[in-house]
Amino acid sequence: MALSVLWLQSGGCGGCSMSLLNAESPDLYTRLRSVGIELLWHPSLSEVSADAFVALLEAIEAGEQPLDVLALEGAVMRGPAGSGRFHLLAGTGRPMMTWLRILAARARHTVAIGSCAAFGGITAAGGNPGEACGLQYDGAVAGGLLGGGWRSPAGLPVINVAGCPTHPDWVTELLAALALETLDAADLDEFNRPRSYTDRLVHHGCARNEFYEYKASAERLGDQGCMMEHKGCLGTQARADCNIRPWNGGGSCLDGGYPCINCTAPGFENPRLSFTETPKVAGIPVGLPTDMPKAWFVALASLSKAATPQRLKDNATASTIVTPPGKGKEAHES
Amino acid sequence: MSRRIFGPFNRVEGDLEVTVESEAGRVTAAWVNSPLYRGFEQILHGKPPLDALVYTPRICGICSVSQSLAAARALADAAGIEPPPNGQRVADLILACENLADHLTHFYLFFMPDFARDVYASRPWHGEIAARFRAQRGTATPALLRARAGFLHITGLLAGKWPHSLSLQPGGVTTTPGKAQQGALLGILLGFRDFLETVLFADRLENIAMLDDAAALARWCDAHADSDFGRFLRLADDLALHRLGRIEPDFLSYGAYGGLFASGAWRPGEGRLPLQTAWIGEDVSHSWMLSQNGPVHPLHGVTQPDAGQADGYSWCKAPRYDGRVIEVGALARQAVDGHPLIRALVAADGSNVRNRVVARLLEVARVLPAMEAWVRGLAPEAPYRIDVRLPDEAEGEGLVEAARGSLGHWLRIRNGRILNYQIIAPTTWNFSPRDGQGVPGALEQALVGTPVVEGAGESVAIQHVVRSFDPCMVCTVH
Repeated sequence: MALSVLWLQSGGCGGCSMSLLNAESPDLYTRLRSVGIELLWHPSLSEVSADAFVALLEAIEAGEQPLDVLALEGAVMRGPAGSGRFHLLAGTGRPMMTWLRILAARARHTVAIGSCAAFGGITAAGGNPGEACGLQYDGAVAGGLLGGGWRSPAGLPVINVAGCPTHPDWVTELLAALALETLDAADLDEFNRPRSYTDRLVHHGCARNEFYEYKASAERLGDQGCMMEHKGCLGTQARADCNIRPWNGGGSCLDGGYPCINCTAPGFENPRLSFTETPKVAGIPVGLPTDMPKAWFVALASLSKAATPQRLKDNATASTIVTPPGKGKEAHES
Repeated sequence: MSRRIFGPFNRVEGDLEVTVESEAGRVTAAWVNSPLYRGFEQILHGKPPLDALVYTPRICGICSVSQSLAAARALADAAGIEPPPNGQRVADLILACENLADHLTHFYLFFMPDFARDVYASRPWHGEIAARFRAQRGTATPALLRARAGFLHITGLLAGKWPHSLSLQPGGVTTTPGKAQQGALLGILLGFRDFLETVLFADRLENIAMLDDAAALARWCDAHADSDFGRFLRLADDLALHRLGRIEPDFLSYGAYGGLFASGAWRPGEGRLPLQTAWIGEDVSHSWMLSQNGPVHPLHGVTQPDAGQADGYSWCKAPRYDGRVIEVGALARQAVDGHPLIRALVAADGSNVRNRVVARLLEVARVLPAMEAWVRGLAPEAPYRIDVRLPDEAEGEGLVEAARGSLGHWLRIRNGRILNYQIIAPTTWNFSPRDGQGVPGALEQALVGTPVVEGAGESVAIQHVVRSFDPCMVCTVH
């Protein structure tokens, strides 16, 4: 049996779809075929447009066309003043949020693709002019369009494949689990994100780990040191496997020379100070590594800082390795 | 007279609705509506200026780097600095990677599948085109996806990831490719060149870049009929796509890649004139925006939605250049730059569906060899960025040529915060609504005369015209 997927876009950038096309070894279509996923419609990939598409939606609404998965990319646009007029689905004159309520009731599963669809995300930043929210969350608060208690006909909440953008594997692994009927409630975390990637921290596998261990910190973006102390990096708290599972053949935000902004978390879009500046109280970063007792962090940090090898001090504030391993020992001991 | 609403259009980025009036099966008037409003300009108000580098790329997942670079340039302009040559070269590489990937995505995934539709079943080329380009099932798709994903490894190396990187900064870039990466980059570029030279063109890129008039293009097509470009040219000829979606050329380009493509304005008979960004104004008389007194330059523009505007029919504003409706994109860029083939095709048939597609693919052939030279030209010992201190009070303008055309960011900083941020994206130009004089936007003009099926049924010609602009609706309104 094929798993039918209807993919819609609303208040977002389309970047999760573009990222999905980056799937490699095998490519996207091979992945979909391998587990029997049929894209009933996708905004970037399908042939039918306009009338034929609207007819498809109406058939689903009428119960004539079965639907296994409703996937939404982009936030739900409730504005202005709750009317949904900020996104009327073209050709239908009907707010997209109305369509989403109807289709979510019909689909066996509903999946939020990306942090906008899950929580509101970037579209809900600042004063949230679009009154954007997620399908089942408004930021970190359960609710959103469908309400915290909503369950799909299959008995699951909205599955939140959060990320900005999502890694192609996060999406295809989740769809594969639905196709193979192996996913159950225990596979989702406290924000209903697939634990297949949120049981990890971005910190895991970060190439800057040695700098972190010795609190040898970057002072500017592009420096090689740890970016937690000064540059706003949230990798020690962020739930994702970005440094284990490479992006675009081998990259990650950290490898790209800039901090993790915790884009899989609700509310990431409004940082305390700015995205690239660490908020501190009495010199200590406000957000500590997940599960780390504060007193121990402070004690270990001061100890490790006192023991920082000269090599790490040299390299932390440089854009390339200026002191290779085995060098710089004397400078430290003198 | 008959009236029809078309939408949503897929295989464009974002949501789009087009209303047409027609008589005797031809469009007589069109109204283009961008039905989604998110409010980035309002979101940015009051934010720390450097955070624009996180927000603006997320306007668009397909032009993410373009948005990023426009923000970085606006901030650099505000700080009064310029990145070092290495930083500019790496930024150009990342931008060119996105732009070429977008051109290919457009050709293979968005544009060509319309010719595989059953409506063309009687055409002699249909079997071949349907086998190759049918949406989701065409044989060209897996090869394209692999080539595209491999090419985007450039962003993995130079920008961490794509889309939505923070590596492009006002002072340069946060990556420092060394000698080893130069080799890796050349390997990626050669892999992509191989795809282009065996599948898309079946010819050397340099031979495509040297085509200089319609006769040369026709001869090339005869000799390379089994390339994907050749397949397009043959069906374009059969369907007379040079007469479809036609408008009088009035082109703008901000210039690209450190002078590789010249900036300026161009229309027939006038030649290339210097770019005057002071002549840009945004009109909101047919937008769902709080009304204002005539067109306003984006540095002082306001974006305040008002769904109750009686004359409004789109969330998109109407940018004008010296009061004129402008088309931007690869065709405009190549015409402004003065490429002989594009100047010749435009002189003969103006701006049209075929010429827009030809210019995009020509650009692929022109840019990839330049990327190879940029990689070889990197100086790994020299800096890739400089430190930047943003003043608490400043103004900045950031201009970029995205795949789809001219993208501008205008920024004012007060008390160290963003006071105003305004964005004019390529599709804002191309898909603008009417202005205060009632003059329709570029697509609205291009649709006039297009064959349309009245009542129900697919009108595939409308789809060709719309997609020939490679619209990005999420950028358009943002």
